[in-house]
Amino acid sequence: MQPVATTFFFYLLSGLALLGGVLVITRKNAVHSALALILTLLALAGLYLMLYAPFVAGVQIILYAGGIMVLFLFVIMLVNLERSQKEEQFNKQWVIGTIAAVGTGILFVLVFVKSRELPNLVREHVAQLPEQSNTQQMAVSLYGNYMFTFEIASLLLLVAMIGAVVMAKKRI
Amino acid sequence: MLSYITDYLKSNTTPGQAGNLFWAFVYILLIFLGLSIAVIAMNWLERKILAHMQVRLGPMRVGPHGLLQPIADALKLLIKEDIMPAEADKAVFWTAPLIVVITSFTVFIVVPFGPTHAVTDMNIGVLFMLGVSSLGVLGIVMAGWASNSHYPLIGALRSSAQMVSYEIAMGLAVVAAILMTSLNGMGVYGIGGHGDGTGTLSMIGIVQAQQAQHAWFIFKFFPLGLIAFFIFAVAMVAETNRAPFDLPEAESELTAGFHTEYSGFRWSLFFLAEYSAMIAVSSIAVTLWLGGWLRPFPNLLTGETWDLIFSLFPAATFLLLALLAFIGTIRMPRHSYFRIQTLGLGGFAALLGLIGLILLIPPVRDRIQDIYWFSIKVAGFMYLYVWYRGTFPRYRFDQLMRMGWKVLLPMGIGVLILTALVGVL
Repeated sequence: MQPVATTFFFYLLSGLALLGGVLVITRKNAVHSALALILTLLALAGLYLMLYAPFVAGVQIILYAGGIMVLFLFVIMLVNLERSQKEEQFNKQWVIGTIAAVGTGILFVLVFVKSRELPNLVREHVAQLPEQSNTQQMAVSLYGNYMFTFEIASLLLLVAMIGAVVMAKKRI
Repeated sequence: MLSYITDYLKSNTTPGQAGNLFWAFVYILLIFLGLSIAVIAMNWLERKILAHMQVRLGPMRVGPHGLLQPIADALKLLIKEDIMPAEADKAVFWTAPLIVVITSFTVFIVVPFGPTHAVTDMNIGVLFMLGVSSLGVLGIVMAGWASNSHYPLIGALRSSAQMVSYEIAMGLAVVAAILMTSLNGMGVYGIGGHGDGTGTLSMIGIVQAQQAQHAWFIFKFFPLGLIAFFIFAVAMVAETNRAPFDLPEAESELTAGFHTEYSGFRWSLFFLAEYSAMIAVSSIAVTLWLGGWLRPFPNLLTGETWDLIFSLFPAATFLLLALLAFIGTIRMPRHSYFRIQTLGLGGFAALLGLIGLILLIPPVRDRIQDIYWFSIKVAGFMYLYVWYRGTFPRYRFDQLMRMGWKVLLPMGIGVLILTALVGVL
C-alpha cells in the first residue's frame, strides 16, 4: 500500500514528540513528566514506522513505552511527590545551558544547510528498505555482519545488571 | 466508486494490504460489534458458569435465565452518578480508562480471523500485539495513581510489578513459537512438511506456517511446543489481571484495587477493556499454538466429503443452541406471569435457528468457516479463564513473583534453547 499524507503525519508526529519533550522538563509533577515522555516515545515509534522500520517501531513500543516507562512510573510512585514538589526544581546553570543549546542549534542548522547544498550527501545514503523484510534485515545485520559487537554489547549489559543486583542487595 | 468497493471482493488479501479504506472500515466496525457482543455474552456466561460450579443458579430474575442481566447492568452503570474524588489528579484520572480501552481494542487490527479476514496483516504482527497490549498497564498505573488514595495506589504498584515480571516469560514463549515458523523441515519429528521455511512475525504468516508444516505448534517438537504454550497460558492470565493472579484488584485486601475510586461509565470502560484484553491474548495463543483459523486435520482429512462435514459445524452449533433455547421455552412455567418471558425466549430460539439456517447457505458457509474455528478456539480459552476463577485460590504476592521469576523464566529460556537445538539438529 502506498503511504498517504506523509508530510502531514511527519509534522504531526514530530510536533507531538517536541511537545512531549517540552512537557517533560516543564511539568513540576514527576508523574506528569513521565507521561509526557511516553508521548514522546510513542511519537518516535510512529516516525520509525514512516522510515519503513516497523521492527524498530515495535521494539520501541514494547521496550521503552511498555517496559522501561512502567518501571519509571513504579519508582516515581514510591517517591514522596509532595515533598519533592516543594524542593528547588532547577539548579540555575543557565549560562552553560544556553551555550550548549545554542551550540547544538547551530550544529543542526549547519547540517540542514549543508544537506541542502549537497543533496547526494544525505539522500544517497538513506537506505530505502522494503517494509516486508525489515525484521529479516535487522537479524542479518545483528547476528551476521555485526555479531561480535552485538555480543559484546550484550555482555556489557549483563555485567551492568549483575553489578546493580550486587549493589542493591546486601546479602545474596 | 462502486468498483472501488467490489474490486476488493475479487482480491485475495486483507483490506489493509489491498489499501482499500472502505472495507478496512467495514472490518473494523464488524470486529468492534462482535467484540461488544462477546463481552456482553461473557458477562452473562461467566456469572452462570461460576454459579453452576458453586451449585447456585446465578442471575435468574432479569429475562429468562437472566439473559437480559448484562443489558440491565449496562443501563445501571450508564445512569449511575459519575464520581471524581476531589483530591484526584483530574486529567490523568480522566485519560486512564481511555488508554486502557483504546489499547485493548487496537490490538484486534492484526488478529487473523481467516486468511483474508483481518483488518491488515503487519510484518510485525505479534510484536505489535504484545507491544500495544503492554501499553494497557500504563492506564492501570495511571488510574491507581490519579485516584490519590491508598488502595488504588497499592493495586497499581502490584499491577506494574506483575506485568513487567510476566511479560518476560511471555516474550520467551512467543519467541520459541516464532522460531518454529522458520524450522520447516520437520513437522512432528519429521512427519509432513518439507523444505526450508523463512521465519515470520506476521499473524497470518504464522498460521500459514503451521498449515505448511502439517502441525499446530503446540504439538511441534513434542513436548517443547506444549511447554511453551503452558508458559504463555499462565503468563497471559497474569497479564490480564484475572484470578488466580488478580492481585491488583484483590477485593479481600484492596477493596477493588486500582479501580476503587471509579464508578459508573468510567468503571464500565475498565470492565470492557479487561474482557477484550482477555479475548486479545487468547487470540494470540490460538494463532501461535492452536493453528488459528485452521479446522481440525486440514491436511489429513481432505476431500469434498470432509470439507462438507466440517463446513456444517457453524450451522450445527447455532441449531444446537436454538434447540436448547427451544427446550427452555417449553419448560417455562405455565403461568400468566411468565408469558412475556416465554415469548422472549421463544423469539431468541427462533433468532438462533434463523442464524443457523443462514449459515447453511453454501456461499455463506464457505466464508464463515475460518471465523467459526477461530472463535470456537478463543471461546475455549474464555471458558478456561472462568474455570480458573472458579477453582484456584488467589496467589500471595511473593508466591506470584517467585512463580514468574524462578519457575516460568528459566523454563522459558530452557524451551527456547532446546527448540533452537532440536531445529538445527
